[in-house]
Amino acid sequence: MYRILKKESLNSTVTRMEIEAPFVAKKALAGQFVILRVDERGERIPLTIAGYDRKAGSVTIIFQVVGGTTMALNEKSEGEFLCDFVGPLGNPTDLAGLRRVAVVGGGVGCAIALPVAKSLHERGAQVTSIIGFRSADLVILEREFGEISDRSILMTDDGSRGEKGNVCLPLGRMLEAGERFDEVIAIGPLVMMKYVAAATAPYRIKTIASMNPIMIDGTGMCGCCRVTVGGERKFACVDGPDFDAHLIDFDEAMMRLKTYSAWESRAREAHCNLMKAKVK
Amino acid sequence: MPNFNMTENRHTMPVQDPSERRQNFREVALGYDEATAIEEARRCIQCKHRPCMSGCPVGVMIPQFIGLVAEGKFEEAYRVIKRTNSLPAVCGRVCPQERQCESKCTRGVKGMPVAIGRLERFCADYHAAHHCEAPCIAEKNGKKVAVVGSGPAGLTCAGDLVRLGYDVTIFEALHVAGGVLVYGIPEFRLPKAVVRREVEDLQALGVKIVTNAVAGRAFTVGELMREYGFEAVFLGTGAGLPRFMNIPGENAKGVFSANEYLTRVNLMKAYEADSATPIFSAKRVAVIGGGNVAMDAARCARRMGAEVTIVYRRSEAELPARREEIEHAAEEGVLFRFLTNPKRILMDRENNVTGLACVEMELGEPDATGRRRPVEKSGGTFTLDADCVIMALGTSPNPLIKQTTEGLRTGPGGEIETDENGRTSLAGVFAGGDAVTGAATVILAMGAGKTAAKAIHEYLTK
Repeated sequence: MYRILKKESLNSTVTRMEIEAPFVAKKALAGQFVILRVDERGERIPLTIAGYDRKAGSVTIIFQVVGGTTMALNEKSEGEFLCDFVGPLGNPTDLAGLRRVAVVGGGVGCAIALPVAKSLHERGAQVTSIIGFRSADLVILEREFGEISDRSILMTDDGSRGEKGNVCLPLGRMLEAGERFDEVIAIGPLVMMKYVAAATAPYRIKTIASMNPIMIDGTGMCGCCRVTVGGERKFACVDGPDFDAHLIDFDEAMMRLKTYSAWESRAREAHCNLMKAKVK
Repeated sequence: MPNFNMTENRHTMPVQDPSERRQNFREVALGYDEATAIEEARRCIQCKHRPCMSGCPVGVMIPQFIGLVAEGKFEEAYRVIKRTNSLPAVCGRVCPQERQCESKCTRGVKGMPVAIGRLERFCADYHAAHHCEAPCIAEKNGKKVAVVGSGPAGLTCAGDLVRLGYDVTIFEALHVAGGVLVYGIPEFRLPKAVVRREVEDLQALGVKIVTNAVAGRAFTVGELMREYGFEAVFLGTGAGLPRFMNIPGENAKGVFSANEYLTRVNLMKAYEADSATPIFSAKRVAVIGGGNVAMDAARCARRMGAEVTIVYRRSEAELPARREEIEHAAEEGVLFRFLTNPKRILMDRENNVTGLACVEMELGEPDATGRRRPVEKSGGTFTLDADCVIMALGTSPNPLIKQTTEGLRTGPGGEIETDENGRTSLAGVFAGGDAVTGAATVILAMGAGKTAAKAIHEYLTK
């Protein structure tokens, strides 16, 4: 059992939790993920590690409430326990030798982009962070990015905060103006990462995307998390989750993410009905 | 001269009716009752040279235990089995006895071999139902051994070592112990309560089990020895990454590895209404492959309400699955397309599977394995309708250990290299099971776990 040490709501749909998991905290690095189960009947879901404290033996997760399992997770309070919490899984983001990096985060993906940006900053790299959200009320971690970035740009789709537009806008502007990065690291919705890759491709700037496909075991057994990279089959859990964004078949990945959407919408409805019944 | 039962046929074991069982996940085979077990045991003529034992990878003293069953001494019979086999209730259910012990049975020369597997299962179930005495705990020798993986190889190795007095800890990556016995083999063939009981027996003997512990990530093999004080490590990490055919369309929505499909159904209990794990609801499922895993996947899909076809590129005679599984699958309405090989998975514009483009095959010259090699017939492709495809083509060993264990020698396919005693290229590190052999059977993995336990004991006492 894994205790929830802290719980904090970052906006209406995004929650941060600190989980007591010393063995995971001991080895965790930016870019890795955990798999958790909320309770005995629960599903195993992967969540990328948003932070860790080796001394306290805790791991931070930040998640968006999107389905039955994240709803159930969000109903847990401080002091309560998660049934299972396993990790760290996947390969850490390779930050060796990077001097100038643009870290591009979208939505809840910013939660995962933050530890990557932070690690880069601690290694003395020059960090440009570009974070994007749909609107002002969904903005998270703006201050944290500001603290560890040499330059931090906030975008919203509707312009209600920061600059109006998506993250590719400022990135494209910088590249066009002749700015160069050793690497661009994109973490967010697949469609965002696809467009970031398209924006950097003409300039041949190495671009990494962090993939978050459907998984069960996360240890290289089920084959569910396969991604096509450069025409080859890769498994996000053991080969990734970071891949060369210029080689990823994003369209296929987006389709695969919808494999269980019919099942999930039924589950979500059932869960909501259950909640309504409880409220009555 | 004892009074043997010389009937040529073995006693049939009652099973759930096919029309009923294809709608539930309860165990198919129901086991012998006491009278039937005694009668079947009396068919064993107690050969002096014990040919059956040469077919058992863990060396169960078969004539001895069967003799005790014939005398009605069921608990004693169980103890004889348990002396060399840590998991009798499992083996009695899933071993391919027809290719092992029973294939060597003298009674099989004229008539049917003694139903050794069914008798083993009977003894284990009898024990579980009647006895719960305190376990006999060996005196501790103070030496710590780590077992990585809680599948059949790991459980067997742990069981043998704990009986020798070692302080044994099993590290399991999933949230429950049992490995393939819980994520792979379905409830209707091996009830999870049976696995749990075997695991609890080991815990009662003093084996510690740490779940949610991924070797190669949370700790390395080197750290187990240097930081955690284990003097020897057994790697029973099992088969890893599922194989695919490398044909177009394999990443379409509705294509699954058998590992994924079975894990959702078995480990995550997706067939139960209150399970939070999603399962793809399909009307027409094509299962590619002909092994036990293919049969398991097909029979699960059948129980989930689909029409299921097994697509196999050789003919019925070459099916590698256990005979009983093939028969049970057929009885449950699973269809077979032999000499058929998929060339491409067809999909609609949203990447949903719509069918398989296949070619007809014929059997040519025997290949390296001695089986006749299937070759494509001329005549073009034809289409099989399907909205779901399950690939049951075997696996390659888990890459995590190889990636993170310096100096561990592995073969071309990533399998861990060992000598015949399970010793790897690293001192104090042993391995066995699918991690070494690639996908094989439960009993071979158990045999490897047993061999390694012996080698570990030698290594730590020399």
